[in-house]
Amino acid sequence: MALLQLENISKSFFGVEVLHGINLTLEKNTIVGLIGENGSGKSTTMNILGGVHQPDSGRMLIEGVPYAPASPRDALASGVSFIHQELNLFPNLSIEENLFIRGFPHLHWMLPVIDRKRIRARTKQLLDLVDLQVLPGTLVSRLSQGERQLVEIAKALSTDARIIIFDEPTTSLTRREIDRLFAIIDRLKTQQIGIIYISHILRDVLALADNISVLRDGSVVGAGHKSEYNIDRMISLMVGRSIKQLFPKRNAGSAGEPLLKVEGLTQPGVIRDVNFNIAKGEIMGLAGLMGAGRSETARIIFGLDPHKSGTIEVAGQKLENANPHAAMRAGIAFLTEDRRAEGLLMNAPIYDSEALPNLDTHSHPRTGWIDNSALASEAEKYSKRVQLNTTSIGSVLARNLSGGNQQKVVLAKWLMRNPRLFILDEPTRGVDIGAKAEIYRIINALVDEGCAVLMISSEMEELIGMCDRIAVMSNGEITGSFSRADFNQERILEAAMRPSRQEGGA
Amino acid sequence: MASLGKRRFWRQLLLSEYLVVVLCLVYFIAMIPIVPRIASVETFQNILSDMLPLIVVALGQTVILIIAGIDLSMTATIAMASVVGASVMTGTGGPLAGSSLATPAGILTMLGVGAAIGWFNGLCIARLRMPAFMVTLATMMFFAGVAIWFVTLRSETTSIANLPRSFVVIGQGKMYGIPNSLWVALAVGVVMHLMLTRTVFGREIFAIGVNRLTAEVSGVQVRKRIHMAFIVSGLCAAIGSILYTGRLETGSPIIGSNILLDIIGAAVIGGTSLFGGKGKVIWTVFGVLFLVLLDQSLKLMGLTLFMVFAIKGGVILAAAIADAARTRLSGH
Repeated sequence: MALLQLENISKSFFGVEVLHGINLTLEKNTIVGLIGENGSGKSTTMNILGGVHQPDSGRMLIEGVPYAPASPRDALASGVSFIHQELNLFPNLSIEENLFIRGFPHLHWMLPVIDRKRIRARTKQLLDLVDLQVLPGTLVSRLSQGERQLVEIAKALSTDARIIIFDEPTTSLTRREIDRLFAIIDRLKTQQIGIIYISHILRDVLALADNISVLRDGSVVGAGHKSEYNIDRMISLMVGRSIKQLFPKRNAGSAGEPLLKVEGLTQPGVIRDVNFNIAKGEIMGLAGLMGAGRSETARIIFGLDPHKSGTIEVAGQKLENANPHAAMRAGIAFLTEDRRAEGLLMNAPIYDSEALPNLDTHSHPRTGWIDNSALASEAEKYSKRVQLNTTSIGSVLARNLSGGNQQKVVLAKWLMRNPRLFILDEPTRGVDIGAKAEIYRIINALVDEGCAVLMISSEMEELIGMCDRIAVMSNGEITGSFSRADFNQERILEAAMRPSRQEGGA
Repeated sequence: MASLGKRRFWRQLLLSEYLVVVLCLVYFIAMIPIVPRIASVETFQNILSDMLPLIVVALGQTVILIIAGIDLSMTATIAMASVVGASVMTGTGGPLAGSSLATPAGILTMLGVGAAIGWFNGLCIARLRMPAFMVTLATMMFFAGVAIWFVTLRSETTSIANLPRSFVVIGQGKMYGIPNSLWVALAVGVVMHLMLTRTVFGREIFAIGVNRLTAEVSGVQVRKRIHMAFIVSGLCAAIGSILYTGRLETGSPIIGSNILLDIIGAAVIGGTSLFGGKGKVIWTVFGVLFLVLLDQSLKLMGLTLFMVFAIKGGVILAAAIADAARTRLSGH
């Protein structure tokens, strides 16, 4: 009997079905590798397994017994344990305290005093299981990322987990730590435990897993023994779809004088030797996996984060002191990936968000006296131009708008500055399809007027549909560059998963 | 239905920016039977003269609260400006004794002291990224101490008297039948109002208070603005100090040492949010009115100073609770 079985699991959010009848089988003493693009349904599936969401239909069985967790606590009690990409440890507490945070054993049931001795002995035992030779009382903050990952595993084992799910466990580990982690995972699977291993690093999945399941658009498009798979087949299964006719036609960008010139941009641990140019009227896409350094590159260009070496030139003018104010004066606009936290004043009227980056251009340079009527009419004009759907920009709060309208507010506030270079980081994330098309239209109109655009997106179709050129980043470096004629999802994805020079192709 | 309508009424009232004025009026009318003297010209004059310097200082605090900061050092700034300014102006042993330059030099010195303390606070908070509470608590204690030490340096007494007449009238005299301190408070209020509502500085500090990250990404030079806000706060404390010192006719290191709670309380009672991003000049004026009215009425009732403190503390606490409730009600 299978340890875990998912039968026909479906799930909708706000009337949109995101999982269409998922089936998955996990046997004892095996590892299933689960792969798929961002948004393919991996997280939703795992959230259902972990009790965060409940399925609309279908059922789950653990050793033949129906399993329907109502909360993460239920899942844990049933022996389902998660090890997340971001670790859930308290760095200011010791290892033993972290392991027992869900319930400390008391010295005596009536006394609220913790039985330190028992905790220490049990922690020692668990640390031995994951082969971590440190004292149980060590503060987590003093451990390396790899060691913390091992503590997480020990924590999972402390709850007598039968099913352990690893979600991108290697993102912040060094190669040595990864090898050590894999040795432990291999050993774990001999102890009546089933493991689901989720990762973008396909060669790791291929090396570690016994069986592989591929998700795409909320369906399982391939499942079988790893001998049936190689990296090429995995990628084509993950991608395999046609591009919808969502993208308006546009004249190709002129290959004129570069407007933005980035040379040798480096910030240790973040990005390394990044070079590219963008011409007037050109859209360059930046593809890559999460954490590949795309948003980081954008933030550095806009002066939000520092860089150690390299140069940024806008229209032949070097950007000297790195800060957003200077970047804006050079004609750069930046739509960040998190519009709520970084793009809008959520608790203020829409107008305030739109006016904020435009105060300096609508005020007396010395006294700072604002020309309110000019600013207000500009804000109205640009709200109309982006087809913002609201009753009044002066009284409706930004947080009361839909995701698509919020994104239009962010677009409007930057368009008011007439930017020469617009950096768009995930411009259509969390936006419905109608607003998406409108945002594409706005971007195209902007480019037709000669603006250069740097577009970051995790949606491959979006990049292929919109861009004149796509550069691909992996591990903080540019690992590939494609012009429109040779756009090819598989080749782009292959470049995104290519080990960078830094990693030495290990 | 009726109860629903009633609830909506209370909700509207709680969210209204004129809540405090309504409360003042209700309180005033309720007090007339208890202490009839509250409805006298003399009481009104007392209330007004107590309000004016406090308004000036509380407006400085308002600017800091808007950026979600706090300035505890204002009272020490008042004291420091008072003694240093007085030492420049005083007729007994001052460097400019008898000179017609004494008053302008003294005023500039006081403003300079205020700006300097504000600049230092701002340096620590904006540039060195220290918490405002800690920095201003420390500067409060430091300058409160230094002010006393400064006085003992130059005289046997605990204050510096014999200030030029032309200075003292700022706190006491009248122009066109209106107290000079009212002119000063009016000027500060109008300038502050215009600064907050009509200038880039004003709009940007509100943005910083609402969402600092968004402000930064929108090109606001956040640290520069915060630094500036603390200088404004220091200047307000100094102007307040000019009024207090003029009224007392002496530079004293304990001037304003009791009003810290009033300064912060007045702003919060008026509706300026401790969470940042919200505040208006007129709100703070209302808040000061309420506190001073309360203060006067309690004194007229013959309560001891301790009772007055206890009641004021309770009222300010209630205002802080109302602030939190309002923040919740307006939906978060």
